Amino acid sequence: MAVAAAAQTGFDFSSASRNAYLAERGVKLPNATSTGTTIVGCLFQDGIVLGADTRATAGPIVADKNCEKIHYVTESIRCCGAGTAADTEFVTALISSNMELHALSTGRKPRVVTAMTMLKQHLFRYQGHVGAALVLGGVDSTGAHLFTIHPHGSTDKLPYVTMGSGSLAAMAVFESKWQPNLSRQAAIDLVAEAIAAGIFNDLGSGSNIDVCVIAPEKTDMLRNYIMPNERVQKEKTYGFRRGTTAWTAEKIRSLIINEEVTQVGNEAMDTS
Amino acid sequence: MPGTPSIQRPTQHQFNPYSDNGGTILAIAGADFSIIAGDTRQSEGYNIQTRYAPKVFRLTDRAVLAVNGFAADGNMFVKKVKQRLEWYRHAHAKDMPLRAIARLIQTMLYAQRFFPYYVYNILGGIEEDGSGAVYSFDPVGSYERETCRAAGAAQSLVQPFLDNQVYFKNQVPPPGRAHPTHLPLRDVLDIVIDAFTSATERHIEVGDGLEMYIVLAKGRTLQGVEAAQEISARTDGERVFVLRRDLKKD
Repeated sequence: MAVAAAAQTGFDFSSASRNAYLAERGVKLPNATSTGTTIVGCLFQDGIVLGADTRATAGPIVADKNCEKIHYVTESIRCCGAGTAADTEFVTALISSNMELHALSTGRKPRVVTAMTMLKQHLFRYQGHVGAALVLGGVDSTGAHLFTIHPHGSTDKLPYVTMGSGSLAAMAVFESKWQPNLSRQAAIDLVAEAIAAGIFNDLGSGSNIDVCVIAPEKTDMLRNYIMPNERVQKEKTYGFRRGTTAWTAEKIRSLIINEEVTQVGNEAMDTS
Repeated sequence: MPGTPSIQRPTQHQFNPYSDNGGTILAIAGADFSIIAGDTRQSEGYNIQTRYAPKVFRLTDRAVLAVNGFAADGNMFVKKVKQRLEWYRHAHAKDMPLRAIARLIQTMLYAQRFFPYYVYNILGGIEEDGSGAVYSFDPVGSYERETCRAAGAAQSLVQPFLDNQVYFKNQVPPPGRAHPTHLPLRDVLDIVIDAFTSATERHIEVGDGLEMYIVLAKGRTLQGVEAAQEISARTDGERVFVLRRDLKKD
């Protein structure tokens, strides 16, 4: 007698449980570069200001001192990413591509909620295994919108938001200083201060401050808006004398190809 | 796998008395001096507990101890070593020699073999023969005299640099010449500063401040490092100086 097959979903998570089993048995799983990060966004009188630090880490090691965490979605929608660097990069690129196709097929400027919905549905489908924690902001026909999207797919719509390991330090700044209808410059300053709080008080965040201002008429990506952590000059120069590296055998080969050309006939080439 | 029930074991709860407070220390011995340095950041996880917590301590006018690992154990250990050195002073009316301090530290660490001080120690100073010396220890007391050693969070970044610049590893000397066995004070100081600024660039737990202790043999002068502040009890024997530098705070 045929027994009804166990209810199966349309997704296969067998490698996830296999990996958990392997990890339990002491097998080291590869660890991805995470952007232990400070990312923020806030509403101001005519749009959105997004901010991010530029440190990428692999455990306690700084993998990239000046990476970009504010990703392009559309001309007037941008997305800050925290979490697994590859996931934030790819999920953002995928949704950016789909947003462009969506804009082409509808013939309208795409909306921020559209990007938000596409992102949350993608993340929910992967049950948190796509480790992207995002701050999505932009301006569309319905106004300025700012969202946070968590790796499992939940979203919030708030006037000022922070995410990443430095989110508490940055939120402390917003909670004490943010107010409705900030001017453009006041909002930029506030975002920069929130990111700086993350950079200096959270070990997962560091280096420079990136800012992105999205207003109805145009978007300004202010890459390395402030660079408060330039390296001091080294005390010594570390040049090595020629011949420093030991060698066991020496062989010199000529890599120049010598070809003998024999002229057949003596008609000069037509150079006209 | 689908269908296989996941194995559930009873959860065991345990108290972990240790934590890792980051930071890095290093020491380099010269012919007649010794430099012992450490950063001043104390952290736990992604949080900075303080930007100034010294990890390097003057024990006597010829011995300086750097401790790294679990800060609470480190502070307690230094306190107890200092106490033993004071008892020695009362009993013998002189400071304990460096090699004797090294052996004392070994026995003190091994006494805690099954509940160790979670600390890596580096002892630097001047030996009785007037030579600069560095002793490095593991948490349970295994030790060795060396000319240079790095320990702590950025050990894996700093030690290869020191091996190359102090021991001249992987460097062939110019024909007919040999590498120097000891470097001059100024060069060693430059190497120490560059080691810490570089570790600060690439390790999140290193930064905030740098403290460099310079121990000079009897009769030796600072020669061009006048910014250092003297902290020795007497100026007619071995002398101890401190040099402080800011490190990046991100």
